[in-house]
Amino acid sequence: MSGRVLVGVKRVIDYAVKIRVKPDHSGVVTEGVKHSMNPFCEIAVEEAVKMKEKKLIKEVVAVSCGPQQVQETIRTALAMGADRGIHVEVSAKEYESLGPLQVSKILAALAKKEEAQLIILGKQAIDGDCNQTGQMTAALLDWPQGTFASEVTLEAGHVKVVREIDGGLETIKINTPAVLTADLRLNTPRYATLPNIMKAKKKKIANVKPADLGVELASKLQVLRVDEPPQREAGVKVESVDDLVGKLKEAGRI
Amino acid sequence: MSHLLKRIWIYGETLGLCLRGSRALSQLAELPEMHQMMRQTCRDYAAKELAPIAATLDKNHTYPAKQILELGAMGVMAVEVPEELGGTGMDYLAYSLAMEEISRGCASTGVVVSVNNSLYIGPILKYGNEEQKKQWITPFTTGEKVGCFALSEPGNGSDAGAASTMAHQDGDEWVLNGTKAWITNSWEASATVVFATTDKALKHKGISAFLVPMPHPGLSLGKKEEKLGIRASSTANIILEDCRIPLGNLLGSRGAGFKIAMQTLDSGRIGIASQALGIAQAALDCAADYAHKRTAFGAPIGKMQAIQFKLADMALAIESARLLTWKAALLKDAKKPFTKEAAMAKLAASEAATFSAHQSIQILGGMGFVTDMPAERHYRDARITEIYEGTSEIQRLVIANQVLKEYQP
Repeated sequence: MSGRVLVGVKRVIDYAVKIRVKPDHSGVVTEGVKHSMNPFCEIAVEEAVKMKEKKLIKEVVAVSCGPQQVQETIRTALAMGADRGIHVEVSAKEYESLGPLQVSKILAALAKKEEAQLIILGKQAIDGDCNQTGQMTAALLDWPQGTFASEVTLEAGHVKVVREIDGGLETIKINTPAVLTADLRLNTPRYATLPNIMKAKKKKIANVKPADLGVELASKLQVLRVDEPPQREAGVKVESVDDLVGKLKEAGRI
Repeated sequence: MSHLLKRIWIYGETLGLCLRGSRALSQLAELPEMHQMMRQTCRDYAAKELAPIAATLDKNHTYPAKQILELGAMGVMAVEVPEELGGTGMDYLAYSLAMEEISRGCASTGVVVSVNNSLYIGPILKYGNEEQKKQWITPFTTGEKVGCFALSEPGNGSDAGAASTMAHQDGDEWVLNGTKAWITNSWEASATVVFATTDKALKHKGISAFLVPMPHPGLSLGKKEEKLGIRASSTANIILEDCRIPLGNLLGSRGAGFKIAMQTLDSGRIGIASQALGIAQAALDCAADYAHKRTAFGAPIGKMQAIQFKLADMALAIESARLLTWKAALLKDAKKPFTKEAAMAKLAASEAATFSAHQSIQILGGMGFVTDMPAERHYRDARITEIYEGTSEIQRLVIANQVLKEYQP
């Protein structure tokens, strides 16, 4: 096998920032707001780097799709130990309508081009919360998928994945090449060390256009409106269970 | 050189100077990408690993051993040390940024890092021979071992030239006798740079610097001082009684000790200025957040001018001191004289720290006085920055000295 792992990293609004909806309700405010790597993508990078340190794989390639700024995110991945980066250039305008389907097509094309043995992604991005890219990428490639991974064991020709599911933990064995998506408890991402930040400067980031990969970015989805969640209102106290049932019937809830 | 060539040469030199100058200037306006990444990783570490435990470390006077190891693994314990000696090989601006971010999380951890980098490793890197660098620097880059700097004595702090610790040669050994005071990291250190008089008649030109391992026969530690602030770092006397070390442990040349101490403190000042900036920034963070949330007279107190003026003055003091600190670091990195700027930075930053911490408590009111909020700890931590590594009074003397030199008729 090629020993090459592709890791997708997404630049998102930092998890600690308070999100504000734009006055025209077309989206959220991103100008001048702190951005960082999606936390689940950090976990994905960490898993790939650990595999390389254990000499189970040879090369970690960090990929991100978007405008110029995503290079910061790729460089953070390089500082965590990825070997090289690929920046898939998408204009700011196109980026607004870039969704899981388009990204999956890009990742699938790259995986074939790079002869990747594994694709590791975060289970979802904290902005879109779609939880689709990993699954769609696997389907497009007709590769097996191990999603919501909380433990990954790479062996010759296959990978054992412990998945976090509603009922508890499920262990599956899938053949490589495969797509994995990282869940919270898979690992604790390392802090970029100062020497690695210096080394990251010398690592290469290649620029690629979606057209070069034969991918059409046009989306069939359109965001109609973005609103803040409704303000939590005061509740009503009732005296008895009958009162409660009565009030619920009134509100049309039962 | 022909007239035309000379003009081209001068043009080129001026352009080069302008480019170098403009690059240094632009670094003041916006940090280069690598420095930004470095600052961000230190900020993330401080926010997640130091800030949550800082109050407990302070309360129990606990040395942050685990965190120092983690910082060592990140390369923060030896920022300027070249890679071949096990360090990170970054510049002093990077070190200043790291120090500020670490101290913003925990001031005690900041001083441990600062003493190791500037006061212990600093002089060995500059004045040590190759053997000494390998023996006394490399093991101290990982956080597993930390060093300390022993200059002050019970009888002299600012008056460093009056050192009464003595060192005399006895065969193939140096023998040290005396007491050093206020030594940060003393209880955890594996080595120290000690200053002792080798030739009393030569006064301050008769002081030499020595490398002493710890523990060592003839070297003992006084009790840990109970301090107002930076309580997670240890401060104690180092007592030398017939402490014998090999002749090869002399650092630099005989009699160069005073010069080594002064030059080391020049650089150390940038580290402490950065620590003070971190404390000041943490105090501002606390106060500004509170100003948004606390309401009085029907509105958040941040809407009131009295509070706004305080926040503005705090932010101004911090940003001014930060620019001075960065300039001092940039000058040092460019191998230009930086004594005046380093003194200005340390003075400005330490006064910004005490001012900001004071105002932060004022903005928090009663909440600022209790340990539930970090404001009282910042107030206590800030105080020492005006004292160690050169009191504010000494800094003023250093600056005045430089200014008078500039105007020498």
